[in-house]
Amino acid sequence: MLRVKDLNVIFGHGSARNHAVKNVSFSVNRGERFGLVGESGSGKSTVLNCISGLLDNWQGTIEIDGQPLSRKRTLSFCRNVQMVFQDPYGSLHPRHTIDRTLKEPVAIHKLGDGNRRVQQVLEEVGLGPQFRYRYPHQLSGGQRQRVAIARALILEPEIILLDEPTSALDVSIQAEVLNLLADIRQKRNLTYVLVSHDLAVVSHMCDTISVMNRGETVEIISRKQLQESDFSHHYTRQLLVASKGYDRAAIDLFQDF
Amino acid sequence: MNDPETLLTVHNLSVVFPSLKGDVQAVNNISFSLGKEKIGIVGESGSGKSVTGRAILRLLPPYARIQADTISYKDKNLLSFSEKEMRRIRGMEISMVMQDPKYSLNPVRTVGEQIIEAYAIHRKVSKREAKQRAIAMLEAVRIRNPQQVYKLYPHEVSGGMGQRIMIAMMLIPEPSLLIADEPTSALDVTVQLQILAILDDLVTRRGMGLIFISHDLELVASFCDRIIIMYGGRIMEIVDADRLHMSGHPYTRGLLNCLPKIAGTQEKLPTLVREESWLHPATPTISIGN
Amino acid sequence: MHDNYSGNQTRKQWLLTDTPASAFQASLGRAYLGFLEFGRNRLAVLGLLIITGLVVVAVFAPQIAPFDPIETNLTNRLQPLSVHHFFGTDEVGRDIFSRIVWGSRLTLYVIGLVAIIAAPVGILIGTVSGYFGGFIDTVLMRITDIFLAFPKLILALAFVAALGPGIENAIIAISITSWPPYARIARAETITIRNSDFIKAIRLQGAGPIRIISGHIMPLCISSLIVRVTLDMAGIILTAAGLGFLGLGAQPPSPEWGAMTSSGRAYILDHWWLITMPGTAIFIVSLAFNLLGDGLREVLDPKSDS
Repeated sequence: MLRVKDLNVIFGHGSARNHAVKNVSFSVNRGERFGLVGESGSGKSTVLNCISGLLDNWQGTIEIDGQPLSRKRTLSFCRNVQMVFQDPYGSLHPRHTIDRTLKEPVAIHKLGDGNRRVQQVLEEVGLGPQFRYRYPHQLSGGQRQRVAIARALILEPEIILLDEPTSALDVSIQAEVLNLLADIRQKRNLTYVLVSHDLAVVSHMCDTISVMNRGETVEIISRKQLQESDFSHHYTRQLLVASKGYDRAAIDLFQDF
Repeated sequence: MNDPETLLTVHNLSVVFPSLKGDVQAVNNISFSLGKEKIGIVGESGSGKSVTGRAILRLLPPYARIQADTISYKDKNLLSFSEKEMRRIRGMEISMVMQDPKYSLNPVRTVGEQIIEAYAIHRKVSKREAKQRAIAMLEAVRIRNPQQVYKLYPHEVSGGMGQRIMIAMMLIPEPSLLIADEPTSALDVTVQLQILAILDDLVTRRGMGLIFISHDLELVASFCDRIIIMYGGRIMEIVDADRLHMSGHPYTRGLLNCLPKIAGTQEKLPTLVREESWLHPATPTISIGN
Repeated sequence: MHDNYSGNQTRKQWLLTDTPASAFQASLGRAYLGFLEFGRNRLAVLGLLIITGLVVVAVFAPQIAPFDPIETNLTNRLQPLSVHHFFGTDEVGRDIFSRIVWGSRLTLYVIGLVAIIAAPVGILIGTVSGYFGGFIDTVLMRITDIFLAFPKLILALAFVAALGPGIENAIIAISITSWPPYARIARAETITIRNSDFIKAIRLQGAGPIRIISGHIMPLCISSLIVRVTLDMAGIILTAAGLGFLGLGAQPPSPEWGAMTSSGRAYILDHWWLITMPGTAIFIVSLAFNLLGDGLREVLDPKSDS
């Protein structure tokens, strides 16, 4: 479904040169849930931005259904691949009602029947019709993230890119949003690419997990391998130890990678 | 653990923010005390955990109404203190580390100057001695090249380094109590743990008290001795960290259950069902029928 | 249930509901909240009242003015204030009150046209420049810089000198010198908005630059621009008056306030009202626009929220 091969991204020149993504390759099957996990500066979000088309200074190949993508994305690509952002407070236009935010993509792609689509997608993400004409500031963080998911769904894409979709939310809200994402995927048979710094979230949501560090893929493992500690790299092990909470003795063994 | 001598006592603290739409009760009648220990305040956004920390040091905006029966520190009644006396308490006796070092450090002065200033405000020492102390402090927070870092400007250091510098700055006047408000939430998990280890070592070595405010229940449980769990401006319960997983309070249970786990299944996560009764302690959670 | 409320209260609830039933109700509710916020600033309300008064006076000038503003009457020249001539008469016997009343039309004409010409030009250039960046940005901003490098009045003077004196040319000259600050503001706003997630989201949904700039970026720039334009109105009035004073704006005998102060200055010692009355009118209207601008900033510009 989605194939990334030898992806490289370089920001800046000279002394400010930053090789943000180095030779990253992976492929995601239809209906698979693929997780990219790493710390800040690992390049995980940059990879996502290359796939979505927000960044255009990449080198390498990105294919969808065997068709290589160009730097400039077509309308049909936009219908097929959608993204949900991290910050629920920044991803909705502050002066547009939810209705307008959701109708806009329908208008861009001239799908028609906007009212019915909006109503249906709001229902699907668990927001009643009373939310439809509200402004974002009248919603809680979790409700906004539901609207952001609805906006991605309204174009009926096959691939959804999730950039830390729950890291700005409280844990109780995170659980609700993760459940919603799981439900929707099952119902629509979606393919997810999830970026997160939280190993537990990735393990809960994904089948295959790519561990990244400093722009490079450390290793790609299955969820089962992660659970059984069946992996080879120290970096992955350190992440796993760190995500288990504070352990004074273990911290002294941490290395810089 | 062993009965520690009491550093801070808070009794019936309430904080109200007046607003156009009516008063907002951010903190509602909370009481706790702590000694030379690590105590965690955990809650979701809007639970009043940060407001509590700031109310103790009177760092809230002037329109906030703070009420309490007692806020006493080492048997001194902080409520009766003037603003000038509070300034002596802040830093010298009780310090605070905030979430983002980028906003807490002055961008146009070097790290060294700022640490020295934090020291010199409270103690009369020569410049050379202050500098030596500052470098020793940077070493204590495990900065490998303190001489070099001393001369850097805040924008030249990473987030983790910045937070170490903040901790150095806050601990150099040798306070007896440190309030850390989400000190590591903006950092990567490994860096976060390393910084907590530094805090842990310093607090233990100096016999300080620590109030650690965080949204991360599992982290606090593994780091602190006792945990205060807040919801809607009220304390739900105060538990010993090692007994957290045995807690019977529905809110605590709900928070623990809704966390995804690496070893867990991919089944639906249980969601937290909030109950009105948690916010009304007059109605006991154990019904009379039992 | 509804019987318990007066009609007034239900209307208020309808406006402020958290569950509006239509886009129209939602935007009305928003406007109402803004109105409430604005009403808390007494001085801004005063400014608004003065400007409303100005508009009323301009609209009903023929009914309000007791005399013809242009017809001279040399037997009646330089009369002091009286019940007959509220503000006295000028050096050719025209009633100053009537001239000021008619002059309000010219003042509104000038500021209205300048705002209609300069603000859209500024916002268009600023948002396009800020959104695309790169080469387009460099070119547009250097042009803006060239206009900003000259003092406003001097540049306006040069344009009027080239175009010929007259009120229309004065308006064109003031518009040409007024748009660069608006372009700067719009560009600065656009650059911060451009990188926000909601713009990324709409880009990923396939929206083109025209839709993004006009539907998503401009609405967010407009509020700070309205504030700036309102605050600039005072300056525009003063520039127009200055041009009139220098004889390059409205031409005699039209009752433009600046031209009136200019012709009155020869009589400043013996007949103070000739220059004081139009001068006071300029002062009050400029002040009113400044007060209104401050009030609007509190309502519209989220950055001044504390």
